[in-house]
Amino acid sequence: MGRKLLLEKAHVEGIRYYDTYRREGGYASVEKALKNLSPEQVVEEVKKSGLRGRGGAGFPTGMKWSFIAKPEGVPRHLVCNADESEPGTFKDRYLMEFLPHLLIEGLIVSSYALGSNATYIYIRGEYAWVADILDQAIVEAKNNGWLGKNILGSGFDCDIYVHRGAGAYICGEETALIESLEGKRGNPRIKPPFPAVKGAWDRPTVVNNVESLAAVVPIINMGGEEYAKIGVGKSTGTKLISACGNINKPGVYEIDMTISVEEFIYSDEYCGGIPKGKRLKACIPGGSSVPILPANLLLKTAKGETRMMTYESLGDGGFATGSMMGSGGFIVLDEDQCVVRHTMTLARFYQHESCGQCSPCREGTGWMHRILKNIEYGKGQKSDIDLLWDIQRRIEGNTICPLGDAAAWPVAAAIRHFRDEFEWHVNNPDECLKRNYGLAHYADPRPVPAATA
Amino acid sequence: MSDEKKMFKVTIDNITIEVEPGTSILNAARMIGGEVAPPAMCYYTKLKGSGGKCRTCLVEVAQGSTADPRPMPKLVASCRTNIMDGMVVKNITSEKVIDARKGVVEFLLINHPLDCPICDQAGECHLQDLSYEHGASGTRYQFPRRTFEKHDLGPYIQLHMTRCIMCFRCVYTADQVTNRRVHGILDRGEHAEIATYIKTALDNDFIGNVIDVCPVGALTDKTFRFKNRVWFLKPVDAHRDCPKCSGKVQLWYRGDEVFRVTARKDEFGEVEDWICNDCRFEKKKTADWVIEGPSKIDRHSVISANHYVGAHKPTEIEPEVMGRPPRLLMDIHSVSQVNQPSVDLSLLPGPAHSDDFNGKEK
Ligand SMILES: Cc1cc2nc3c(=O)[nH]c(=O)nc-3n(C[C@H](O)[C@H](O)[C@H](O)COP(=O)(O)O)c2cc1C
Ligand code: SF4
Ligand code: SF4
Ligand code: FES
Repeated sequence: MGRKLLLEKAHVEGIRYYDTYRREGGYASVEKALKNLSPEQVVEEVKKSGLRGRGGAGFPTGMKWSFIAKPEGVPRHLVCNADESEPGTFKDRYLMEFLPHLLIEGLIVSSYALGSNATYIYIRGEYAWVADILDQAIVEAKNNGWLGKNILGSGFDCDIYVHRGAGAYICGEETALIESLEGKRGNPRIKPPFPAVKGAWDRPTVVNNVESLAAVVPIINMGGEEYAKIGVGKSTGTKLISACGNINKPGVYEIDMTISVEEFIYSDEYCGGIPKGKRLKACIPGGSSVPILPANLLLKTAKGETRMMTYESLGDGGFATGSMMGSGGFIVLDEDQCVVRHTMTLARFYQHESCGQCSPCREGTGWMHRILKNIEYGKGQKSDIDLLWDIQRRIEGNTICPLGDAAAWPVAAAIRHFRDEFEWHVNNPDECLKRNYGLAHYADPRPVPAATA
Repeated sequence: MSDEKKMFKVTIDNITIEVEPGTSILNAARMIGGEVAPPAMCYYTKLKGSGGKCRTCLVEVAQGSTADPRPMPKLVASCRTNIMDGMVVKNITSEKVIDARKGVVEFLLINHPLDCPICDQAGECHLQDLSYEHGASGTRYQFPRRTFEKHDLGPYIQLHMTRCIMCFRCVYTADQVTNRRVHGILDRGEHAEIATYIKTALDNDFIGNVIDVCPVGALTDKTFRFKNRVWFLKPVDAHRDCPKCSGKVQLWYRGDEVFRVTARKDEFGEVEDWICNDCRFEKKKTADWVIEGPSKIDRHSVISANHYVGAHKPTEIEPEVMGRPPRLLMDIHSVSQVNQPSVDLSLLPGPAHSDDFNGKEK
């Protein structure tokens, strides 16, 4: 059994409510931090823990915290990124729904470390019931003296506010999130200045993922050094993985980052293998925006080593042979899946979610989607594959925010690793249309030829 | 010693200059001028927060600074990236930049129809210049283009949303120059559009400036649109005592008629002083103005064709051929079958209509 730090108590009856949570040892980290540690010491512990941001980019949390500017007399803010709109990623929802107090606890300690008296949870609008759960937990925490003025007599004041988004993936990008929090259109800002200097209402702000902030609780409880002993290399601690696709046991798993990808897919403790004994074809290991890997590169790295569920191992060799841990949305494809179709679906998502600020992303994502649609429905030409490659190449790296890259990478990786499949579509247009997915709304979009006498 | 400002050295396309700290790469390049200055479709010096969006000004930073000589991993938007001391920038000397810019032009032209022959901005369009200088001759886009319903923005301004390239300049202008912003961006991605939410009019003393900042023909002047082509007009600097604005404008003459009034622009096509609606839309008579003299046009646009200031003018042969002195090139009323001498286009209350040309008395 892998070690559990976050989900350890997830199945305790009533853990969602304050009394149970407290009885199970909850809020100990707040007591420890506010009574025994200075804010700097909390930051130091998080640095020692080696915790890397769980929102996608994997940037060291402690380092991010130490960048926050501290101008005299200017309030600072902590914002919890609970937007979670990446297709394939649903770990934060699970954590918030079953362990709302764990997040609140992490938020109080983190707010203390950063000097944030007003902390926000920006939650995806579609998670309406989760927002209600959080609201309720905040009231409970406040009633029990964990929030409000002068918490535990430490002189530290903190309030947490839940802010519901209106349902836009781009509002998960931290600067777009800040704009949206300020009540504006969710367009990413141009950096610099970074939020650590000028964030919400131009005040120094740290944006962190739900899971990152929850992880602060065990880090403070056990000490940063102890936490860093779990895992491998720079992939310390435990990671929540939301597994889905063609697996026997989809769900949210907490892994300590010492297991192999193969073990994760096939062992009964985790995904439990692929249904009906089908073969593994490919996997998108870190949420829809990261490159897809074919089975041969998924289980072994470029160096021929066993691929592990760690930041380093998943990225081994760069995008030609590797992918990313990303947000931990683990999407498995069996041998029957069509990579072209999947890529088209993802492209549709990204073109729909582009905010429209910068030209390559605004125009390029729609273009890619249309070409992919043509190829999938047997209307593509061979030159379309190269054209797609060219378009993604000119989007990647040339946009304001990483959504451009997120849209380009899946297309690039699909063509890189599954070019033959694209060519099959182009060469067998009629076969493409015969395939039956049992999905009525995916019917042939080509106009029906007029009946001939 | 102490009041001597520390200057930053920057090398752009192998030309080194010194600039003040806080200067953007784009502005440093503009100081050098010519081809070294990257094209800019969304940045506008006078509009705070503008820039960074269109991605036409991308450049390669081959050396970050003397202190940290590492190159920057990605191309950067020169309009929003400041110079560091010892920075080395490649604009047209970088293949990556040329390629990316070609890509940006292709992206921009996906949803911007090349209807220059019927567009009011022809001759003054930055996208036209940009495509000419950095684009490809053909398109690889084979799908239907997006279209929009025409959106009427009140008595003075007409929006052709199909032509909009989402540079956001007009939104920043309305936000920063006028005292009430009623228009902005609706929707997302390629569906995004400039609009007033409930189809209201843009009426505001300074709203006319959105026409000047629009780099393409999306926002047009209703008192001028389709009445003439800019290259037939003669820009003249003029001013008047205006209680609202500086009153410094350009009058665009054809013969003796003032066809339109705009703000004066610098060599990068940016407005020098914002002007009010009165000056722009209501003062179309020479008598309203103090004429300063012909405008100096040193833009690379077609407008500069036939316009002067110190230019060598070839000998006029029209008097001999036509038996009368030329008015600009020719008197359109006397040679055109379309324009009726009785119709004074500049005095029409709204846009010219076919009825105005085909001789029907109204
Ligand atoms: C388009 C886009 C969407 C994103 N969505 C999310 C999200 O839903 N949740 C999240 O935590 N981070 C998301 N991120 C990453 C955030 O910008 C940011 O890096 C993260 O919240 C930082 O938290 P961390 O340091 O704890 O990982 C997104 C980034 C991009 C570019
Ligand atoms: S990359 Fe896309 S989502 Fe990001 S700012 Fe540009 S248009 Fe918006
Ligand atoms: S209408 Fe013109 S100024 Fe406004 S965003 Fe579109 S192109 Fe830019
Ligand atoms: S001018 Fe720099 S991005 Fe538009």
